[in-house]
Amino acid sequence: MTGTETVLGAPAERREGREKVTGTARYAAEFDFPGRAHCRPVPATVARGRVTGIDPGPALALPGVLAVLTHENAPRLAEPDDPVLAVLQSPRVPHRGWFVALVVAETLEAARAGAAAVRVTYEEEPHDVTLTASHPQAYVPREANGGYPAVSEHGDPDAAFASSATRVDVEYRVPPLHNHPMEPHASTAFWDGDRLVVRTSSQGTNAVRAALAAMFELPEDRISVTAEHVGGGFGSKGTPRPDVVLAAMAARHTGRPVTLALPRRFLPAVVGHRAPTLQRLRLGAGADSRLTSLVHEVTTQSSRVKEFVEQAAVPSRVMYAAPHSRTLHRVARLDVPTPSWMRAPGESPGMYALESAMDELAAELGMDPVELRIRNEPETEPDSGKPFSSRHLVECLREGARRFGWSGRDPRPRSRAEGPLLVGTGVAAATYPVLVAPSTASAQALPDGAFLVRVNATDIGTGARTVLAQIAADALGVPLERVRIEVGSSDLPAATLAGGSSGTASWGWAVHGACVRLRDRLAGHSGPLPAEGVTATADTSGEADADSPWSRHAFGAHFAEVAVDTVTGEVRVRRLLGVFAAGRILNARTARSQFIGGMTMGLGMALTEDSTMDPAFGDFTQSDLASYHVPAHADVPAVEAHWVEEDDAHLNPMGSKGIGEIGIVGTAAAVGNAVHHATGVRFRELPLTPDRVLTGLLGHEHPAGTLGA
Amino acid sequence: MKPFAYVRAGTVEEATDAFAAHPGARYLGGGTNLVDLMKLGVEAPAALVDVNRLPLGGVEELPDGSLRIGAMVHNSDLAAHPLVRDRYPALSQAVLAGASGQLRNAATTGGNLLQRTRCPYFQDLSKPCNKREPGTGCGALQGVHRDHAVLGYSDQCIATNPSDMAVALAALDASVELYGTEGARSVPAAGFHRLPGDHPERDTEIRPGELITGVVLPAGSAGPASAYRKARDRASYAFALASVAVVLHLADGVVDRVGIAFGALAHRPWRARRAEEALLGAAPTTAAFEHAVDLELAAAEPLQDNAYKVPLARRLALDVLGRLAPPAVT
Repeated sequence: MTGTETVLGAPAERREGREKVTGTARYAAEFDFPGRAHCRPVPATVARGRVTGIDPGPALALPGVLAVLTHENAPRLAEPDDPVLAVLQSPRVPHRGWFVALVVAETLEAARAGAAAVRVTYEEEPHDVTLTASHPQAYVPREANGGYPAVSEHGDPDAAFASSATRVDVEYRVPPLHNHPMEPHASTAFWDGDRLVVRTSSQGTNAVRAALAAMFELPEDRISVTAEHVGGGFGSKGTPRPDVVLAAMAARHTGRPVTLALPRRFLPAVVGHRAPTLQRLRLGAGADSRLTSLVHEVTTQSSRVKEFVEQAAVPSRVMYAAPHSRTLHRVARLDVPTPSWMRAPGESPGMYALESAMDELAAELGMDPVELRIRNEPETEPDSGKPFSSRHLVECLREGARRFGWSGRDPRPRSRAEGPLLVGTGVAAATYPVLVAPSTASAQALPDGAFLVRVNATDIGTGARTVLAQIAADALGVPLERVRIEVGSSDLPAATLAGGSSGTASWGWAVHGACVRLRDRLAGHSGPLPAEGVTATADTSGEADADSPWSRHAFGAHFAEVAVDTVTGEVRVRRLLGVFAAGRILNARTARSQFIGGMTMGLGMALTEDSTMDPAFGDFTQSDLASYHVPAHADVPAVEAHWVEEDDAHLNPMGSKGIGEIGIVGTAAAVGNAVHHATGVRFRELPLTPDRVLTGLLGHEHPAGTLGA
Repeated sequence: MKPFAYVRAGTVEEATDAFAAHPGARYLGGGTNLVDLMKLGVEAPAALVDVNRLPLGGVEELPDGSLRIGAMVHNSDLAAHPLVRDRYPALSQAVLAGASGQLRNAATTGGNLLQRTRCPYFQDLSKPCNKREPGTGCGALQGVHRDHAVLGYSDQCIATNPSDMAVALAALDASVELYGTEGARSVPAAGFHRLPGDHPERDTEIRPGELITGVVLPAGSAGPASAYRKARDRASYAFALASVAVVLHLADGVVDRVGIAFGALAHRPWRARRAEEALLGAAPTTAAFEHAVDLELAAAEPLQDNAYKVPLARRLALDVLGRLAPPAVT
């Protein structure tokens, strides 16, 4: 590749790929500093109450146990912004699984034995962990997650709905879901004099450093947080988690390096979950098949610890033109673990409901579901009235329909059988907002002809190093192999987290700025470079976060084909196809991985992933990967991701939109709509497991109610 | 971790002697379930008697035409064995329907029969479980029990046996060979596992210290057709929601040998004796199959959240019976 040829968009190979597949990439729990101790938390075994006594004696008597930290002896910390981090600071138990003690020991095994030996007594209080649509404590909050108003209303949606020629009034339920990244949350910490050094598994170490600085009352420059490799996060590592606070506490208490890797079974209670949503959709349409009224009302849960409101109705503010609309969120604060971000929070469950309801409306209207969506394409963003910076949903739908072979489809439900299998196809649209945050970066020309780009991006498995090097190479006008890149440490120029599909845009903007400036400086430079090279920096504050007059979103269209076994109710996806319009695609290889990864996660949401809140005990029943079913290889068939060219001058210097989340957004609805097409039965609760599907099929075949056949 | 003794046995006698010499011992085969349970604290053996080097790793045809599977034969090898695939397809299919490739490579025939329930309350020390700790109660009865039993449970325990292999063995009239300090004995596979009754802590009829040395499949070189079918939440690596193993042989247009066993419906593989009795001597018609299976499942008493298991098991059984019977008569 020559210096003048563009490398943006090329399928450059992942820079850390070899380290990962050969096992030399080191993760947070793998830093075996001399004298390292291990620890294990003790989770609360009541759903609500307070600790009345902790006897660490039996644990301390075990060989290898160094310390037992509790709310009585743990270091006092300043109050954190995020109350889930206030661990071992009070006897209060807000939910089952909340950590009430931490055992520090010479080995992981000794820590585990010590944790089992700690004796805790509680004053237990009655608990309520059951979310219902009419929960008496549900209220309308001020805001939903992301800072969106909880309620938005235009016109008179109730009257418009009542007078609509065609109406759909339906309720959907999405269960609690868990991020379960392959690498559990883990941190290693030690104190080097008055400096705190941390290796952690996080989507953004600047936020971790800020939280630790506030809680331990240290200046940020005395804390170094590194996340060199991260084995996935899907939102659950977007904010600091208790592991990093506990590891730092234990290191301070014992004076030794300490590692805390959370056991898989602890994750559902302490690293967030996608809150369950109960969603009511009312769609009214006129004789022209245009929406007259769109009402999307969501009831969800949060914990006693803090308010977190899954913004599931928000995508309905963006998708379709409707003169009358209401989008509304209610939340009930229950004695449950604290929910948090999970891939495409809001869009993922919300678009499942909206796009399923659109399919139901298409059926009521007798209209092709692709055409119904095109018919309701808005000219400007329905909620804000802002013009779209670019919107190519229609192109995605048409291109997807062409590639998928949609035109040959018999629209009648239950029209295609292959022996005991019913086969169907479905479509759904997807959207995800363009988010971007200020970041800083530096670019340095070195005397040996190489360029060093430094930015505290985090590569959580997406290929951030690779795409940032591509951005730098293009901005510098040099071959890709001359660009070295350093990411993943709070010692680097500060940058935002890998979350909200904002990372590449945010970091890349700063990298681009630094590289353009460096190129300009080098243009004015003659002779050999000084030993320290030449450096330029960039800070996108005020620029990346400036208000935009544009409504900026990525869009996509998902198509699915499923086979439903009428003997068992088992649903298997045969193929998934997604077409996305997400600005300029910066690396064809890693982008494809992101899209098909999101689609695979959406397949799990549609068919297999289910978490059950145990009403008696107040915890999630499925706490390991044997019972919380993410798709196995055998579940994941042909998955295709394509994209349409999209030039958008209102985004960032690269012209890119985020791609990390949109892949999950439309998948569940496309699969659910395909199941309806296959069976003629509309299922409105995820996931579509055999128990539900078989029961629905039997009800369809024997409406009188016998389950005999 | 609770310290434990480790003994590697070279012979069956060494193994049973070592077990007797170490109160609180457990035999260690592939460890795919026992080691997990030790990590969870559900099992805390005082000693592990490693039986992996015992000379029980062979599959041999006996003079009477039966097939003896050594207890240490790995699940993968059992499923792939040509004689097993040819003569006992239900067994090969059942083993391949379980776990994952890696687990089947490690898991053994004897260990598969002794795996414990995957009931989440059994696995969680912070919750009551009569199987894990008799007398503490059953968390699942009023809790989350979509995966639990619909047949033969008690108010003490509603757990199910998780094995796929054991379901096929029960239908195939296999027997389990045991060796203990009182000598060798053999029990029918269909009676090896127990119903919970008042002693859910006892999964099987095995006596303290007894070791499974093998499994014997009855002569079947020209024997009946058999098949296994399992319904599950995902296409691989999930326990059964319901499953069925069927052995069917016809003579003169009527059923002259039949074995039906259900998986995931009860505390043990559920041998469907009533259904079998109804079918013996009957013409293999759809109506006869329905009548027989309905007779069997009439005893089911679903809990609040697992009623789906009854129609699911029914349809699985009818599907497999229909496939094994000649198309002309169904």
